[in-house]
Amino acid sequence: MDAPMTDHLSTVRHVILVLSGKGGVGKSTVATQIALGLKHAGKKVGLLDVDLCGPSIPKMFNLEGSDVHQCPEGWLPVYMDKEQTLGIMSIAFLIENTDDAVVWRGPKKNAMIKQFLSDVVWRDIDYLIIDTPPGTSDEHITVIESLKSYCPDGALLVTTPQGVAVGDVRREMTFCRKTGIPILGIIENMSGFVCPCCGEITNVFSKGGGESLAQQSHVPFLGCIPLDPMLAASLEEGKDFMEHYTQSPTFAALDNVIQRLIAVDKDF
Amino acid sequence: MSDIPENAPEHCPGTQSEDAGKASACQGCPSQAICSSLPKGPDPAIAEVSKKLGCVKHKIIILSGKGGVGKSTFTAHLAHGLASDEEQQVAVLDVDICGPSLPKIFGVEGEQVHNSGSGWSPVYVNDNLSVMSVGFLLSGPDEAVIWRGPKKNGLIKQFLKDVDWGDVDFLVIDTPPGTSDEHISVVQYLSEANVDGAVIITTPQEISLIDVRKEISFCRKVNLPIIGIVENMSGFVCPKCKTESQIFPPTTGGGEQLSKDTGIPLLGRLPLDPRIGKCCDEGKSYLTEVPDSPATQVFVDIIDKIKTHCSKSRSQRESDTGEAMDQS
Repeated sequence: MDAPMTDHLSTVRHVILVLSGKGGVGKSTVATQIALGLKHAGKKVGLLDVDLCGPSIPKMFNLEGSDVHQCPEGWLPVYMDKEQTLGIMSIAFLIENTDDAVVWRGPKKNAMIKQFLSDVVWRDIDYLIIDTPPGTSDEHITVIESLKSYCPDGALLVTTPQGVAVGDVRREMTFCRKTGIPILGIIENMSGFVCPCCGEITNVFSKGGGESLAQQSHVPFLGCIPLDPMLAASLEEGKDFMEHYTQSPTFAALDNVIQRLIAVDKDF
Repeated sequence: MSDIPENAPEHCPGTQSEDAGKASACQGCPSQAICSSLPKGPDPAIAEVSKKLGCVKHKIIILSGKGGVGKSTFTAHLAHGLASDEEQQVAVLDVDICGPSLPKIFGVEGEQVHNSGSGWSPVYVNDNLSVMSVGFLLSGPDEAVIWRGPKKNGLIKQFLKDVDWGDVDFLVIDTPPGTSDEHISVVQYLSEANVDGAVIITTPQEISLIDVRKEISFCRKVNLPIIGIVENMSGFVCPKCKTESQIFPPTTGGGEQLSKDTGIPLLGRLPLDPRIGKCCDEGKSYLTEVPDSPATQVFVDIIDKIKTHCSKSRSQRESDTGEAMDQS
């Protein structure tokens, strides 16, 4: 593979992909919270959104309408803080009207992703989190092909507990095995809803699907994230959940995943 | 529409013209070789598809920009609801190539598709309900379909022109999330086949509505009529204390506001009922398993509205084309 002129990814220490065969299971949510958690742990983080048809990351940071700036080295990501410890890149920053659809076939999407991977100036960040669309198609193949020479740390698989979602995640695992991406573990999201009135726990999307899948396929299980209306509300408002709700069980579940990722960094 | 590119040389005959690449204006044009070698006119598959689907009375596409909002769940229950009338033949096509969920939701996982002289036979769930999905072509539940766009398009084309549906009243097409290859292909191949319209599924929160607005502008771009919006996972009623919680809060007004802003009718709001997901995992129909629940009532209302829309759009088409009414 021909290396780009200035190699912006060579200064990135860890690359982590967030994958799921199924849509709407919380890939972007998990990617966002992990990026925030790592930032609070004092790491420098980049977050790349390669979901070109349905970019959600800018909204989750309340950064809709921000512009990407061009510098001599390439594109500068949009930073959520003044200290520039968390940079974000998404196609939503490049579209003028948020209602406009990106009606692109594969080759055009691939070219855009390659540009994201080669032209964004991440500088010396500790973690690059890549959020992907559902499926095992163009976007995924392109990301993995382009990242091969940088040896990404691996993929976090997100699922919801019900059988229909787990089925798609099984296919995603096959994809990881075929393409040689290590699986860091499975996260079960939307795992049970605590009624704010009576405290009764209801498994809205059943229970345990992620854990049993992890056991069957000998992949680490990274924990259950409960269905938490506060998390959904924080994302809607672009509020930093990891800063405001440190007492909630949802925070504990997410923090567990983040600690594992930090441990990866120490081994390095 | 003109097929002359904006940056074409003067007197360009147009890329679809018989003279493309051969006219004197083409001399020196960088695209000359492409123009003269590519096949002319629309893809012949479009005509084949509309001929094949000529015996299908109504075609409905289920869309959503966002994943996991319940497209497949809704598709399955719409099909079950339509098929509860034994006189009606219902067919379901799953064009979600990378994440086919319908075989599981219909409880026909592991079934095989048979090939006969008249094409591929779909898998029958009931006497009057048939399904076609890439899930039936895979060897096991772990097998991934790692395909780029062109290969997915090829399979969708084959699904549309080679599946032997027989005489069908309703064909419901379930799609993956997004506005990319699968969607462009389906709409293109069906462009001559009189689609009744699209049903757009959303959940109440803004994160989902952002993507759904994109899907609506996609439909407008490709001239696909929209039957209406369905808001799924609307509110959750605690089974113990009956308090309703908004798990996915409609911070910007949810489907109702979207419907007002876009002028597209809101067909209904489906509550979040854990039994719906459970029925999908077990391959059963929620409508017959829990016939007396509020969600079933909403499903039935929505299905009635879609039926009414379809019969209207058919009589509209017939009066437009002067085609004789089919009384069968």
